[in-house]
Amino acid sequence: MIRLAPYLFAVLFLVLWEAAVRLSGVPEYLVPGPIAIAGAFLADPKLLLSSLAATIGVTATALSASVLLGVALALVMQASPLARAAFRPWTVVLQVTPIVAIAPLVVVWVGDPFTSVVICATIIAFFPVFSATSAGLEAAPADLVDLFRLNRAGRWDTLRLLRLPAALPYFLAGLRISGGLALVGTVSAEIVAGSGGVASGLAYRILEAGYRLQVPRMFAALVLLSASGVAINAALGALGRALLRRRGEA
Amino acid sequence: MLTLDRLGRRFPNGTEALHDASLRIGQGDFLALLGPSGCGKSTLLRLIAGLDRPDQGRVAWDGGAAPAPGEIGFVFQEATLLPWATATDNVFLPLRLRGRRRRAAEADVQAALARVGLARFAQSRPRELSGGMRMRVSIARALVTRPRLLLMDEPFAALDEFTRFRLQEDLLALWRELGCTVVFVTHSIYEACFLARRIVLMTPRPGRIAAEIPSRLEAGPETRLSSAYTALVARVTHTMRAALGEQAI
Repeated sequence: MIRLAPYLFAVLFLVLWEAAVRLSGVPEYLVPGPIAIAGAFLADPKLLLSSLAATIGVTATALSASVLLGVALALVMQASPLARAAFRPWTVVLQVTPIVAIAPLVVVWVGDPFTSVVICATIIAFFPVFSATSAGLEAAPADLVDLFRLNRAGRWDTLRLLRLPAALPYFLAGLRISGGLALVGTVSAEIVAGSGGVASGLAYRILEAGYRLQVPRMFAALVLLSASGVAINAALGALGRALLRRRGEA
Repeated sequence: MLTLDRLGRRFPNGTEALHDASLRIGQGDFLALLGPSGCGKSTLLRLIAGLDRPDQGRVAWDGGAAPAPGEIGFVFQEATLLPWATATDNVFLPLRLRGRRRRAAEADVQAALARVGLARFAQSRPRELSGGMRMRVSIARALVTRPRLLLMDEPFAALDEFTRFRLQEDLLALWRELGCTVVFVTHSIYEACFLARRIVLMTPRPGRIAAEIPSRLEAGPETRLSSAYTALVARVTHTMRAALGEQAI
């Protein structure tokens, strides 16, 4: 019963929503019911699904880029106290910058819509994976670091055999947060780029449907977005559990 | 084997952890550094291991040169194993860091595990082992390089009494079999008396060597109830009280 609870709640919610819309007589262009939303999706599934594919493509590219940059910067900062002192305060700037504020600038500078959206989403997704990996690399127990020193282990061996494996659970936790943020960053940047006339991702479909008062289609696009967010989170969670289970840790 | 010559260590926060500590450690000794918390026992051990440097004095090795990696084995208070690695991989680690190939080292690794009674648990990961078994893996890891000197920093302090007694007896058997030198840090008078041939008393703030008591006890499972053991414990307790003076427990 407990396992089924979220699904039962979803069904109950949809039924109540549909009933409320029908009984109150609210027009569809204000609040569509679930049946109208499903209808809007089925009327032209190709349109929304190809936009979804574009959005997921950007999200995956941005997440990969933020993993590469985040892990690389965490490694550099771990290896060099000077780099750590120089970069650490500035990484926070990336975290606190609202992406909608800089996205127009990026779009203007870069030009190519795909690249500019990827850059914006990477800026958003970078911080969690970077800071978690950075913390993980420092998390190796002091006694184990001493053991490596006692055996005169080189920097590379200490990294490969101790610091990187010790950082894995931290990295995976950061990756899961970054996955969600990559999608949020992609949609935010798509909205900025989309309003400039670049037509590709789901965010553009939402804007377009909004202008045309096709509210059911707008909702259908929103549902697809939330579903992708949930799927990304679940996939990264499963990946993390599988990797940790292989090491006998989960 | 080595001489500690008037060692002093003051930490950056101003705490004087060790003051004027001199000691000679001979080949084959089993020496216990005994004292209350904060008396510089662990600091002394880290200075011997070369994990820390003294501000004063020096650690002089017979023959002049400091030992090669692997000639010193270190057992920490916690087992400090790699949680993602099997018992075999954990024991292999010091050999791996010295560039030994896995296949070439396999026999040594399995022998070290067998020596601590864990041959059947070679493929177990730390979380599948009890606290005592983890400590055995840690001891096997320290022994696998066949060290001349084994440094142990309160290794049994976190274990239950049954496990601790068992490991103390096994450690003595290993020491007799291998003939290496052991420096064992402890805050337990009973443990120091049971294990060591030389009991070195230390007093805190700053850590000083207050006295040394030799022991000729040939400890075994029956020793804990023997009058010779209780007499030794009484003697060490008495000397410790006298040394601690106003700080006495």
